[in-house]
Amino acid sequence: MDISTKTDTPPPPPVPLAAPTKKSSSVRPGDRIFLALSRGSGILLLLIMAAIAGFLAYRASLVLSKNEGNFFTTFEWNATASPPDFGIAVLVFGTVVSSIIALALAVPVAIGIALFLTHYAPRKLSGPIGYVIDLLAAVPSIVYGLWGFIVLVPNLNGLFGWLDKYLGWTAIFAWDEKAPNALFTVGILLAIMILPIVTNVSREVFRQVPQAHEEAALALGATRWEVIRMSVLPFGRSGIISAAMLGLGRALGETMAVATVLSPEFVINASLLDPGGGTFAQNIAAKFNEANEQGRDALIASGLVLFVITLLVNGAARAIIARRKEYSGANA
Amino acid sequence: MKLQRKNRLRALCIGAVAVSGALALTACGSDDSGTETDPSASAQAEGIECGDAEGQLLASGSSAQKNAIDAWRKNFAAACKVQLNYNPKGSGAGITDFLQGSTAFAGSDSALKDDEIKQSSKVCKDSQAIDLPMVGGPIAVGYNVPGVDNLILDAATLADIFNDKIKTWDDKAIAKLNPGVKLPSTKIQAFHRSDESGTTDNFTKYLKAAAPANWPYEPEKAWQAKGGQAASGSSGLAQAVKQTEGAITYFELSYAGTEVKTVDLKTDAKEPVKATIDNATKAISEAKRVGKGNDYSLELNYKPTAEGAYPITLVTYEIACEKGNKAETLPTTKAFLSYIASEKGQALLKEKGYAPIPAEINTKVREVIKGLS
Repeated sequence: MDISTKTDTPPPPPVPLAAPTKKSSSVRPGDRIFLALSRGSGILLLLIMAAIAGFLAYRASLVLSKNEGNFFTTFEWNATASPPDFGIAVLVFGTVVSSIIALALAVPVAIGIALFLTHYAPRKLSGPIGYVIDLLAAVPSIVYGLWGFIVLVPNLNGLFGWLDKYLGWTAIFAWDEKAPNALFTVGILLAIMILPIVTNVSREVFRQVPQAHEEAALALGATRWEVIRMSVLPFGRSGIISAAMLGLGRALGETMAVATVLSPEFVINASLLDPGGGTFAQNIAAKFNEANEQGRDALIASGLVLFVITLLVNGAARAIIARRKEYSGANA
Repeated sequence: MKLQRKNRLRALCIGAVAVSGALALTACGSDDSGTETDPSASAQAEGIECGDAEGQLLASGSSAQKNAIDAWRKNFAAACKVQLNYNPKGSGAGITDFLQGSTAFAGSDSALKDDEIKQSSKVCKDSQAIDLPMVGGPIAVGYNVPGVDNLILDAATLADIFNDKIKTWDDKAIAKLNPGVKLPSTKIQAFHRSDESGTTDNFTKYLKAAAPANWPYEPEKAWQAKGGQAASGSSGLAQAVKQTEGAITYFELSYAGTEVKTVDLKTDAKEPVKATIDNATKAISEAKRVGKGNDYSLELNYKPTAEGAYPITLVTYEIACEKGNKAETLPTTKAFLSYIASEKGQALLKEKGYAPIPAEINTKVREVIKGLS
C-alpha cells in the first residue's frame, strides 16, 4: 500500500510558546519589534488595496458622469466618442458564462486527476504527471491564446456540429456554421488553463486525509472507490470548493488568451456557439491601446466592476467553506 | 524522507534540462550584430546627416508603421550612434504619450483631431503639434474561396458584405462583377478587427466615402457594424482567413503574404485595380491637403478616376511639435525625421511592403522638418 508512505514524515514539533513567564506584562523587545513589523505589513497591505480601489473609483467617476448610456444595461462600447456611450451588460454576461463553462469542464477532470495521483497511480507515474501539470501553469497565457487560435479553433467544427445536431433544440447549442470563435471555445481554453491550479490544490487536500479515516474504512471492508467516496471526498469537499474558486478567479481575470480566441461583439447570443459577447479583461486588452483618456477611464470603470465581482466570488467561497468547517483539515 | 529528496533531485534535473534547452534556443536566435562598419561611411552611404544627434530618442504609436521604423532605426543607429526606442503600442496611446510630453514624436494612423491640437500647446511651448505624412500603404481585402483565383469587387458590394447584407458567395451582386467565374454557394464569413485600430478607421472611411448608401456607420477605430466575426490584430485576421473557408477580411498588404488571395477593386476607372504598393502611391498622390500652416494632414480621394489608383490606403503620420520641441531631443528628432523623409529613407519603404509618400508632398514635408525648432 503506497499510501502509507505518505505520512511517515514526523509531524512538526510543537512550537514553544513565546516567553512563558508568569508575569504577563514583561514582553521581550524581539516580540515587540516583530509585532510592530507584522502589524505594519498588514496595515500597509490594506492601504495599498484601498489606494487601488480609490484610484479606480476616482477615474471611473470622471467618465461615468458623462456617460450617455446606462452603465449597467447598454449593449454598446463607444467610450472614446463624445459624448461617450457604453455599458457593461455584455461583459458581465460573457465573463460569468465563460468562467462557468470553464469550471464545469475543468473541476471534474481536475478531481479525477487529483484522485488518480493520490490514490491510484503508482508512485513512479504520479511524480512526472504532477510535474507536467505544474508546468501547464507556467505556460504564458498568450501561448494558450495562440494555440487556441491556430490549433483549437479550426478543429472544433466537428464538436460544434455534433452539439448542434443533438442539442441544437436547446438554443444554447445552436450553431450556424460560423468559425468557432465563440464563448464556448473560450470556456474550453479557460478550462485547460485553470486545470493546474484546481488539480494541485485538490491533490494537496486529498493528501491531507487522515490515514486513520481511510484505514478505518478499509477495515470495514470498503473497496478503494468506497474509501474515496466515504472518507476522501467528504474530507476534501471544502478544499475542492476553494480550489474551484481559485480557478474561477483565474478564469474571471484571464486576458490575452480570451482576447486572441474570442470574436467579440456587443450582443448577447442565446447560443454559446455563435461568435459574440466579450469579457471584462478581453475588452480592456482590445480597447486600451487606441483609447483616449476618456476611453481609458471607461475601461477602468469596467475594471472596477471586475474587481467587485472577484470580491463577491471570494466572499461566497469563504462563506461556503465556513459553513463546512467541520470537515476542514483544521479540525480533523 | 529519502523519497522526497529523490523527487526534488528529479525536479532539479528536469529544470536543468529545460533551462539549458532554452539557452540553446536563444543562442540560435542571436542578432547579426557582429558586423561593425565605420559609422561615418555608412552614414554617407545612407544619406544620413547626424548633426548634433546623440543619446536616446523615445517615440511610440502606430503599430502599422512598426516594420518601417524598425528598418530605419537599424540604419540610423548604425550611422549616428543614437538609440531610437519606438514602442508600437497603438496610435491612440502614441498621441497620449506625446501630449504628456514623454516622447519626442508620435506615430499615428490618423491625423490629430482639433482638441488634440489644442492640447498640444502644453508640450509645444507657444506652438502646436503638426502631422507629417511619412508612410503609406495599401489595405488589401483578402479572401478564402476555393476555386476562385481572381475576385473583383466594388465599394458597394464590399460594404454590403461587411454589413452582413450579402450572405453567400454566389450572390447576384458578386456574380455581376465577376462574369464567367464559378462562385460557390459557401457562406460569407466577414472578419474584422476585434481590437481598436487605425486600419479599421481607414477601411471604414473608404466604405463611408465610396459607398455612403450601403455603409451607414461613421468611420471609427472600433468596428461599428453588427454581424460578422472578429480576430485580434492584422496577423490574427490573416490567420483567420487562411483557416476559414468562405472568409473575407482587410489588412495591410504585407500581411497577405503569398498564401492569401486579395480582391481587385472596381473603381471609377476603366480597369479593376490590384492592391499593390505602386497603385497605393498613385492614389495617395491624388490626396487633398487639409492641414493648415505646416500641418500636412491629408484627405484621401476615395473615388479616383485615374487608371491604377488603389483607393483603400492608409497614410501614417509622424507627429512632432512645430516649435518648442525639447531642446535635448530636438537635434536627434530632426536628424531622424530628415532621414526617413529623404529619398533613401522613402526608398527603403518599398522593400518592407509600404508605399512611399508621393514626391510633391514629400519635398514639402522635408522643408517643414528643416524648420522644426
